This record gives sequence, structure tokens and C-alpha cells, in this order.
Amino acid sequence: MAYDAIIIGSGLSGLAAGIRLAMFNKKVCIVEKHTLLGGLNSYYVRKNRTFDVGLHAMTNFTPKGVRNSPLGKLLKQLRFSHDDFRLCQQHMSEIRFPEHVLRFTNDFEFFRQEVADQFPKEIDGFNKLVEKILSFDELNLDDQQALGSRPILEEYIKDPVLIDMLNCPLMYYGNAREGDMDFYQFVIMFKSIFMEGFAKPVGGMHYILHLLEEKFKELGGELRMGSGVTSINAENGIVQSVTLENGDELTSESVISSMGYVETLRHCSPPLSEPDAKDIGQMSFMESLCVVDQEPRDLGYDKSIVFFSTQPKFDYKVPGELIDVTTGVLCCSNNFDYPQPMKEGLIRLTNMANFAHWDSLPRKDYIAAKKHWRTQALESVFTFFPDFRDNVVFLDSFTPKTIKKYTGHLNGAVYGSPRKIKNGKTPVNNLFICGTDQGFLGIIGATLSGISMANLHVLRK
Amino acid sequence: MTIDEVRQIILSILEDIAPDEDISSIDDNTKLRDQIDLDSMDFLDIVMELRKRFNIEVPEKDYEHLATLAGCITYLQPLLKDRLAAS
Repeated sequence: MAYDAIIIGSGLSGLAAGIRLAMFNKKVCIVEKHTLLGGLNSYYVRKNRTFDVGLHAMTNFTPKGVRNSPLGKLLKQLRFSHDDFRLCQQHMSEIRFPEHVLRFTNDFEFFRQEVADQFPKEIDGFNKLVEKILSFDELNLDDQQALGSRPILEEYIKDPVLIDMLNCPLMYYGNAREGDMDFYQFVIMFKSIFMEGFAKPVGGMHYILHLLEEKFKELGGELRMGSGVTSINAENGIVQSVTLENGDELTSESVISSMGYVETLRHCSPPLSEPDAKDIGQMSFMESLCVVDQEPRDLGYDKSIVFFSTQPKFDYKVPGELIDVTTGVLCCSNNFDYPQPMKEGLIRLTNMANFAHWDSLPRKDYIAAKKHWRTQALESVFTFFPDFRDNVVFLDSFTPKTIKKYTGHLNGAVYGSPRKIKNGKTPVNNLFICGTDQGFLGIIGATLSGISMANLHVLRK
Repeated sequence: MTIDEVRQIILSILEDIAPDEDISSIDDNTKLRDQIDLDSMDFLDIVMELRKRFNIEVPEKDYEHLATLAGCITYLQPLLKDRLAAS
């Protein structure tokens, strides 16, 4: 059985690449090791409730009719109408630090005013930074040079608290690198969060993923679930086939892998030289989901998303302990403009976490640690927001270990490798990567990554 | 295929690749990208659709001929003139 392309992974990037190829009559098969779609943006079911993983909100929201934005491009390329995604915008979010709160909506001018009110001395610098961001070509696929963002931010902004407050949401929602963030990533994230904005689809990731799956299948694409790849086989440096866990070997002209750069190279046969250890992602998170018996706003939680730090200095790094409770992200799924209210209240809390520590715990201690650290994390939130524990009707948490188990990402690294391969190329000819490690981040970014890699490496060939 | 049939085909391709756009008001002699926001990704789609529907290969150096609707018609009509519109 010979394919034009095999795509590894049925996350957003893999599904999008699959749709593009099937749309133009390529013979394409997506292989997925898990039994559910979605990869890093999947969902799971507990006690008849369906929860999204990894999704607080979709970034990059632009309204219907805006066609040159990432969302607009994605809809055009996959031939969906804006309405198909059923996006509901956020109400209002905030960045909460000890001395300052910056609120933001999907209207950038509101945020600009907040910066002016909270940091009057910095607004001129901030405006100049915005001009720099607008004129920056962050989507150039050929540009491989890495430029840190902090030195650039310091040219424009003197107050380190404002720099940390700007970085906080951008890093939480897309930085694979500890400490600083590459400037082009900063630009991508700044535009996607502050200048475009947040929205959630009615029906969550489950709905979006099945919309993509349905389109892929209608176009004649083949999807094999529960089919992990054991090896990607090459001859004379050119990819030939992939071998699945059940022993099947699928031959193909090209292979596009969304399993991560290092993860992909490690599956190659004959083996390639071991990638640099610093290219392995480290940043992972623990997340707790609290179903509550009221609308979160009635419990004192009226923001869509809150990025907080209880310290004036924000450090984005793998914590020394199992998780870092001094900073995190709080998301109230209900506080989006849904046509009908959600059935139940849902408050999610995300904290940076240490994969190695979680991974080393024996089963019994692991369960106890989840409870312990969830309590610690919630108590940290209750130092500035009301305690809602009496209203909780269901609680669940996942850790870096859970993420590794279901996505295969080394260290449960949600944003993959700090080194992005923007052109998607690997040392093996006709083997390409897409998704998180290609460098377009977030839900819209991952989807665009699949589209661009399919266009560049298979359709334009 | 007549010129009018070729025109209809191009419009139907545009309708497919830009479902949210009103293509009925497209002016033949103004650049498509200025009227319905087509970018390089969309031009790839026009080319891919021509390959899929008619097995026509448009080399990258000829993309400039596809800039306006009138340009598309002039470029494609000789390639499609022997085809039946129903294909």
C-alpha cells in the first residue's frame, strides 16, 4: 500500500495537513497512537463529563470577515466558514500581580489604555514596542536566528514589573524555553493574545476535532486510530515507510510527523545521531479542574482568564518543587459569550510543574501528591480570590506525567522543544515535522503549521 | 469551452476557496487579491484546483497571469477550449 503522504499524529496540525492533502486528491493516511483525536489539544471523559485538555481558550480570535489574520487564513485554507467554528468571545481577562492589575479584552485599545493607567511612565515605550511588533515578520519560515525577547523589551520598557506582566500570559500560552522567550515567538503570542484575542468553541475541542475529522474523511483521507508508530524507515537518507505497532508497514512518498522534533528523530531507522539534550523541551504543567455548583461569577470569579503572580517578579521555569503555586493561570470556562450558559460551572487552575519529580513518585505517593499540591495551589489562589471549595462537586487533576503518557512528548513538554524548526525539515529527505516543534503555537498556530507544511513540502513539490 | 464557461469555472473555484466572500461583484480587470483578499496561499489553491479539475499545470512563473479574472480567462481559455464544460 503506497501513500503520497503519511501523517503521524491526529492533533490539530496532523488533521489540518491531512485535510489539505486529501483536498487535492493525495492519498493520505493519518496514524494516531491514542484512541482519541487531538494530541496536545484533546479531551477526556470522567463521570459523564467531557473535559478539554490543554485548552483554556483559543487565542488568535478575529471576527468574521477578517481574512488575512491567522484564523482567517486557516478557515480559507481548510474551507470552513467562520460560523463553522462556533467561536464565543471572552468577556474580560486580567494579569494580576501584587501591585498592578492589567485587564484585557479582545479590543486592543482597551489594553493600551490599561497600560497607560497602570504604568503612565511607560506608555510611550509601550506604544513604540507595539509599532516594532506590528512591523516584525514573525512568520518568515527561513529565519532561523534566535533573538531573545527580554533585551528587546528592555529597550522600550524600563519597569521590570511591566515586562514580567506582559510576558506572563505569553509565556504560559506558548513558551517552550525556560527564562526568556524567542522574540519572534513573543511577537506571535503578543498578537494572538493581546491584539487578536480569546474565544472558545461551543462544544469545546471535541467539537472542533470532529469537525476536522469529518472533513478529512469526506475528502477521502484515511485515519488509523490506536496505531502507534514504532519506526520511520529511510533508505539512502530518503524516507520510505513507517512501521506501526501491529507490525504493518506503510510505504509513502513523504512523512509528516507531529510527534515532536526529537521524538521524530528518535523513531528513525537507521538511527540518527542523538539530538542535543538542550533541544528537549522541559516546560510542563499541572492542571486541576474544579466543577462547581454555581456560575463562577456568582462565586466571585468574573474574569475569563486570570494570569497571576503573587510575587512582583515572574519566573517562567521548571520549579524546584513538584509545582510552583506562587504563579498560575485560572480559567473560568463559563465566562465566554456562549449562546446558552454551560450546564455546570468550571474553574481550571494551571501551574508550572516539574516532570522529573512527578515521574519519580511511586503510584501511591503520586496520588497523594496530586491531592496535596492541588490543595496548595488552590490555597494560593484563595489569598486573593474567594474560597470556592464548598461549591466543588467534582475535582480532577493531571500532571506532566499524564501529558507524557497521552501525547508522547518527552518530559510532558506542552510546548515541545525550545528549538523550533520553522521550515519543518529533518536530516531525512521527505520526512518533515509539523505542529508544536515547527514553531506556530496555540490551536490556530498548530493548525496553520499543518497547513503550511503540507503546502510547502507536498503540494508545491 | 467558451470564454463565459471558463469565467464560470474560475468563479466556482474562487467560491470554493473563499466561501465567505461575495464573488458576484468581482470586477474582471481589478486584481483579485485587492478584491477578495487573496494571498499566496490562495493562489496555490487556484493552481491546485486547476490541476485537480482539469489536469492543467500552471508553472510558478505563470502565476502573474492569474492576477485578475480577465487575466485568468485569457491564460486558461486556450488550455480549456477543447474541453467540455461539464467536466
